[in-house]
Amino acid sequence: MARITAGVASSHVPLLGVASDFGKDSDDYFAPIFAGYDWTRAWEKAERPDVVILVYNDHASAFDMKIIPTFAIGCGERYKPADEGWGPRQVPEVEGHPDLAWHIAQSLILDEFDMTIINEMDVDHGLTVPLSMMFGKPEAWPCKVVPLAVNVVTYPPPSGNRCWALGEAIRRAVESFDEDLNVQIWGTGGMSHQLQGPRAGLINPEWDNRFLDGLIGESDHLRRIPHIEYLRETGSEGIEMVMWLIMRGALGKRTRALHRHYHVPCSNTAIGHIVLRPDNGEGLDMTGDYDAALAAE
Amino acid sequence: MTGPDGQSVGDIHEYLAAFDDIPGTRVFTAKRARQGYHMNQFAMSLMKAENRERFKQDERAYLDEWPLSDEQKDALLRRDYNRCLDLGGNVYFLAKLFSTDGFSFAQAVSTMTDMNFEDYTKMMIAGGRSPEGQRSIKANQQDKEGSR
Repeated sequence: MARITAGVASSHVPLLGVASDFGKDSDDYFAPIFAGYDWTRAWEKAERPDVVILVYNDHASAFDMKIIPTFAIGCGERYKPADEGWGPRQVPEVEGHPDLAWHIAQSLILDEFDMTIINEMDVDHGLTVPLSMMFGKPEAWPCKVVPLAVNVVTYPPPSGNRCWALGEAIRRAVESFDEDLNVQIWGTGGMSHQLQGPRAGLINPEWDNRFLDGLIGESDHLRRIPHIEYLRETGSEGIEMVMWLIMRGALGKRTRALHRHYHVPCSNTAIGHIVLRPDNGEGLDMTGDYDAALAAE
Repeated sequence: MTGPDGQSVGDIHEYLAAFDDIPGTRVFTAKRARQGYHMNQFAMSLMKAENRERFKQDERAYLDEWPLSDEQKDALLRRDYNRCLDLGGNVYFLAKLFSTDGFSFAQAVSTMTDMNFEDYTKMMIAGGRSPEGQRSIKANQQDKEGSR
């Protein structure tokens, strides 16, 4: 069966894509940001996931105001990097996993999550920046991707509780897929940032770090944070962190943290990144001893 | 929907009203999304290079092709982004106009604050804007009254 072996969360600031694409990732401004992902890039090489379920939000690229799906799952064969107004990023096309994606879509709908199904779309920085941060600059992305787009732009976005429950349902869906697949789930966006109005530039490291703490271990209190708290404490765009809860919900009852990174600023935003392993005694670690695997790299 | 106590189903009117209590922030509610629909779709049209060219040649004429209010057109022409937000603009859509103008996101965002870009950049490098005194208009007023 397919299994979710890890969860990864990361900010997806577009400027990180620019830095990566134009070789600025080791300058004074960006080096401390990218250095926090060195561990993860080595770890991903050892983990070799077959598929990543990548939870992100579209930023007026594939979706405009005509259609606003709350939860949309990409079931297509492949996705091109979107032209966001300055030409598409020169990164590989993203290969989908239609069999798994359709299986998840069907399972979720039967599990009472009424998903929107997307067969064709371009994917913007929300999806391609995390791929660059975790995999660097390969000729082709080393795994297939199931995009899961969440509306966090037009209010109301889904509640944190609903996001967490969707994650739980995704886990059930993955575990009922027959093929042996090493599946990771990534939650992206955040952490604190506000891109609009006189209050722009708001950053709340204390709150962000409490949120990171809350992803680790057994507590599920994060699912009950109301929207207004994200807005007041972490800025209007901090609401993107509800997408991290889909990732966390998919990891089961307990998690342990393998790696963690926090840095301010990147453009207008606080960068947060965490790598989690499900820790529920069910032997979900398909790759064996990851420390040994890393050492062998 | 999860209420402020984290458990009960919240009241939609209270849910929406709370957004107006955040200082210096325009939450992109359904009301704003309706009001700004054509403004945001106009901005979206700038994703295409030929539209960007036409817009740059004659901004007013290009805006006149869209069912926008005079206020909306005026705010767009003046690049008064706070006003655009008031009139239903959303920052991810307005960002198409930022890039048409050759502005970085942070540069354009800084124009909505009371700082110039240089000072805004310094603030971000120094750790960003503190949430202290930025959480609630009502709480700020109460603090003021309490200290009198």
